Amino acid sequence: MSTTTQDAPVEQAGPDEEETNYLNHETSIWSWLTTKDHKRIGVLYCISLAVVFLVAGVLALLMRAELSGSGQTLMGNDTYNQVFTMHGILMVFLFLVPSIPAILGNFVLPLQIGAKDVAFPRLNLASWYVYLAGAAFTITALLTGGVDTGWTFYTPYSASTGGGVLWMTSAIFVAGFANIFTGLNFIVTIHKMRAPGMTWNRLPLFVWGMYATSIVQVLATPVIGITMVLLILEQTLQIGIFDPALGGDPVLFQHFFWFYSHPAVYIMILPAFGILSELIATFSRSRIFGYRAIALSSVAIAMLGFLVWGHHMFVSGQSAISSIVFSLITYLIGIPSGIKVFNWVATLYKGSIWLQTPMLYALGFLFMFTIGGFTGIMVGVLSVDVHLHDTYYVVGHFHYVMMGGSVVALLGGMHYWWPKITGRMYNETLGKIAAGLVFVGFNLTFFPQLVLGARGMPRRYANYAERFAGLHQLSTVGSQILGLGLFLILGYALWSLAYGEKAPANPWGATTLEWTNTTAVPIHHNFERIPLVTRGPYDFHLADEVFGGGDGEALSDDVPQIPDPAPSAPSETDPTESAGV
Amino acid sequence: MATETAPAPTEREEAEHDHHPEHLQHHFVSSKQQFDSAKLGMWVFLITEVLLFSGMFVAYAVFRQWNPDVFAAASGTLDQAMGAANTVVLLTSSLTVALAIHAIKQDRVQRCIYYLLGTLGLAGGFMVVKYFEYMAKFEHGVFPGAAFDPHGAHYEHLAEMTAAPQFFSIYFVMTGIHGVHVIIGMIVIGVLALMAWRGSFSSEWYTPVELTGLYWHLVDIVWIFLFPLLYLI
Amino acid sequence: MGDFWLPEAASTMAPKIDSLFTFVNVVSGVLLVGVVTAMLWFMYRYRRQDPAERPSPVKESKLLEISWIVIPTILVLLVFNWGFKSFVAQKTIPDNAYEIQVQARSWGWSFEYPNGVTTDTLYVPADEPVKTTMSSQDVIHSFYVPAFRVKQDVLPNRYTSVWFEATKEGAYDLFCTEYCGRNHSEMDAEVKVVSRARFDEWLESAGTPDDIPLPKLGEKLYTQQGCQGCHSLDGSEMVGPSWKGLYGKTEHKMADGSTVTADANYLRESILQSGAKVVDGYQNVMPSYASLSEREVSGLVEFIKEQSDKELSEE
Repeated sequence: MSTTTQDAPVEQAGPDEEETNYLNHETSIWSWLTTKDHKRIGVLYCISLAVVFLVAGVLALLMRAELSGSGQTLMGNDTYNQVFTMHGILMVFLFLVPSIPAILGNFVLPLQIGAKDVAFPRLNLASWYVYLAGAAFTITALLTGGVDTGWTFYTPYSASTGGGVLWMTSAIFVAGFANIFTGLNFIVTIHKMRAPGMTWNRLPLFVWGMYATSIVQVLATPVIGITMVLLILEQTLQIGIFDPALGGDPVLFQHFFWFYSHPAVYIMILPAFGILSELIATFSRSRIFGYRAIALSSVAIAMLGFLVWGHHMFVSGQSAISSIVFSLITYLIGIPSGIKVFNWVATLYKGSIWLQTPMLYALGFLFMFTIGGFTGIMVGVLSVDVHLHDTYYVVGHFHYVMMGGSVVALLGGMHYWWPKITGRMYNETLGKIAAGLVFVGFNLTFFPQLVLGARGMPRRYANYAERFAGLHQLSTVGSQILGLGLFLILGYALWSLAYGEKAPANPWGATTLEWTNTTAVPIHHNFERIPLVTRGPYDFHLADEVFGGGDGEALSDDVPQIPDPAPSAPSETDPTESAGV
Repeated sequence: MATETAPAPTEREEAEHDHHPEHLQHHFVSSKQQFDSAKLGMWVFLITEVLLFSGMFVAYAVFRQWNPDVFAAASGTLDQAMGAANTVVLLTSSLTVALAIHAIKQDRVQRCIYYLLGTLGLAGGFMVVKYFEYMAKFEHGVFPGAAFDPHGAHYEHLAEMTAAPQFFSIYFVMTGIHGVHVIIGMIVIGVLALMAWRGSFSSEWYTPVELTGLYWHLVDIVWIFLFPLLYLI
Repeated sequence: MGDFWLPEAASTMAPKIDSLFTFVNVVSGVLLVGVVTAMLWFMYRYRRQDPAERPSPVKESKLLEISWIVIPTILVLLVFNWGFKSFVAQKTIPDNAYEIQVQARSWGWSFEYPNGVTTDTLYVPADEPVKTTMSSQDVIHSFYVPAFRVKQDVLPNRYTSVWFEATKEGAYDLFCTEYCGRNHSEMDAEVKVVSRARFDEWLESAGTPDDIPLPKLGEKLYTQQGCQGCHSLDGSEMVGPSWKGLYGKTEHKMADGSTVTADANYLRESILQSGAKVVDGYQNVMPSYASLSEREVSGLVEFIKEQSDKELSEE
């Protein structure tokens, strides 16, 4: 283990002694815009995605505000349709799909496997620029009339509605390359760039999650690419593949679309699984129960995820036989997800559970993702889905998975890695309050939607029957609490950047390389020396060095300072090493 | 995770810093790691290409399944001789690019440049044949999409067929996107030839030549599927 | 619990779906409570009491792992089998089903009965299987009656069907559940379930459009064919031009810059070939109504004439 990290946090208190790190070794804007450092690219992505999330989130609040009354309250039908369309497109294509891989994957993955960088740093930077190009196309789409097709672009409606649809489909085509670049980079990085001793069985589960995600990204994204190309050609040259007026078939479009967009769900949730494993292991200080089961179930989900797209189409007019087959495979994919939840809960057993903010998000995830999973089983039931399809039940279900799952995991991950990324601690009290607000607000927003949908409230309705009003109002109140929680996070995150307490190198007592083998803020090349890995990712009982560094507990006043470092494992006899982090 | 620093790689790495090969990027430990990574990356990229084309193959299969007779009839209007000639041209170019890699592995730079230029020439030939094929179709009003208005002796019967526009839409889209890939390949091969002429490659480092070769084989393979599906059956 | 979650059940299929829904809900609820209880208990029981705490690793249990693979698998297969059986029942249309043709368009429904009667409210006889044969004039719509637990997309290029057997007389909602543009949320209709005797009676009296005067026929078609979705009678702006004062306009401006006189022939052409002349400031989105009979077209033209106080001398 490298030797400099242990005492770094204490000494860093003096600003004049500040060490050079990835943030301050070059500071010009130009150095950021041309950086090939995976950590900086992660930060660039973080800023861009935060802006997109903010815009899409405000759109969601506007939608909920409009729906607080059964008739027109805030905006007309056309505006409402554009608002929900943009909310969906921004959240899915420009936020959730890239989110965890592009921010935390970029920042953490090379650190966790002991690499100096990803395999193709230039491609990594290109990915960010391509993403920006996609965003620019999106803005152009808004300026040229907006889009009101829903994020699904179903033909023939999308072919006839005009406006900015052409720009929007181009944006998705372009932004897809950003994802492909990231996925390709990660696959090669994980295969070829691991530090000595970092065997596949010693990979942190976040890396396994990213690996499974990258496979899906690489295999699925080209299909949405070609679908968008065909859609664009259809609107410019009238080639007649999907538009029935030209001899095409709209159901074929749905097959193409969901062949990507269902696996895209796994692009969004698999990285969240990875984060969860890190959080649960670190904050209960125990080895993940069923490491192999969790790692391999991610890969199994990635594979099976390609065979279930038809469950979005039970009432679309596809043949009954296909529906039955898709339903059966859908259940098979529920099993590995269930395995994960059980394993995570089992990991808590006989652990040492530390309820810091990231752990609160992790436990919240377990609750909400379980609801998301069970409601998924419900909409996978052939005959029940006939009733629930395209109602608020589906809206509630996928928000429980995407928001209650992916976004909550991302928030947990951002809190967890925040000290490593910024070198500052966030305010723990505010963090806990915000986590509470997010949890309460989220459930208050989306649980009523499950009930609404089961009672027959169709989705994508600007106005609705009076009898649905009560639950809609409840949902709107929930969305405002949720919004408050998220703005609180934004507030204290920005505050922490400027005034936050300096973070120690390993505030959580974690055992993965990004905590144990780097300085508080990693240096430009990540490691002073390439680490040699000699144990599994969550072997807390073997990791003496973890407790030699700062345990985050020392940060709060009411907890006593930790006693002497725990005794070294017998094998570690070299004094210089046992003193190291 | 790690509990100690790996002494061996560190020392080797530091030693290498002194005589760091020019082409070795700082974040790789060795040339071999860099080459393996580049090659794996290329393979993954080629998989995305296969998926891109497979989307179009599915569209082709679905529409053919629905309109087998129309597709057979429309396919009959394509020029099999030109298609076959192009197949031969492209297969030969795959051979020349393989020979270029073989040559640079033996440090025979001149020969490598000749083979690269040969590949470029064959690719150009492919595009010229393609141009004449497209023009022959456009002359008779066989366009993709709304402009489809077949006339002339060999094409009139298409006007009555409901799915004939679909066949030609798919034909033009597939061969068009394949053509774009050929053009991109030509640009890259041209740049490679220039780099080779400037002496950038040697048996020690020829990764771009090798990777472009892989790409070019894929372009070739896609055509090998396109030719029978569109022209022959 | 079914009452809280689900709407009124008014078809033979509804109780079957509801019991499956309730079963999945209850099993999910039990498992969720189990997971959350375990989580909260562990959270409390194993909370960190000393920062230097280092629990020794728990030995993994193969039996436990296998049991939580096998038991959920059995449960989901059970649910799949149940869902599969009721799905087959949903998809198997009884031979003796009474057939109603359903036309969907942006943004309205029309229902045509075997004797040619067309309405914008769906009347169905109770306690009798009814089959709908559905198609769309423009984009994809979806036919959804929550009380019957039926839903099916309505496509522009092929027919789709659903069947149901209503069990309770009364009025129910019919929603469009495939997003179809501006007035998607207004694209609803009423389903009226009546006894067979009253249904027959209604069908007799509702028909015979030949007997009523042309403007009355036009007024009826105005709602039945969904004209009201896009054309107002009070001069307000909608998707299409208002009919108020339309007839007799002499300087009616078109999108291509030309002007026409809004006479009977212009109206007729606009109904039958909607895209032939597009009024300035509007999109060419109106579907063609070439399927209307000669008398129906005349009825509509007469009705539009009534909406204007202008007179034109024409043949």
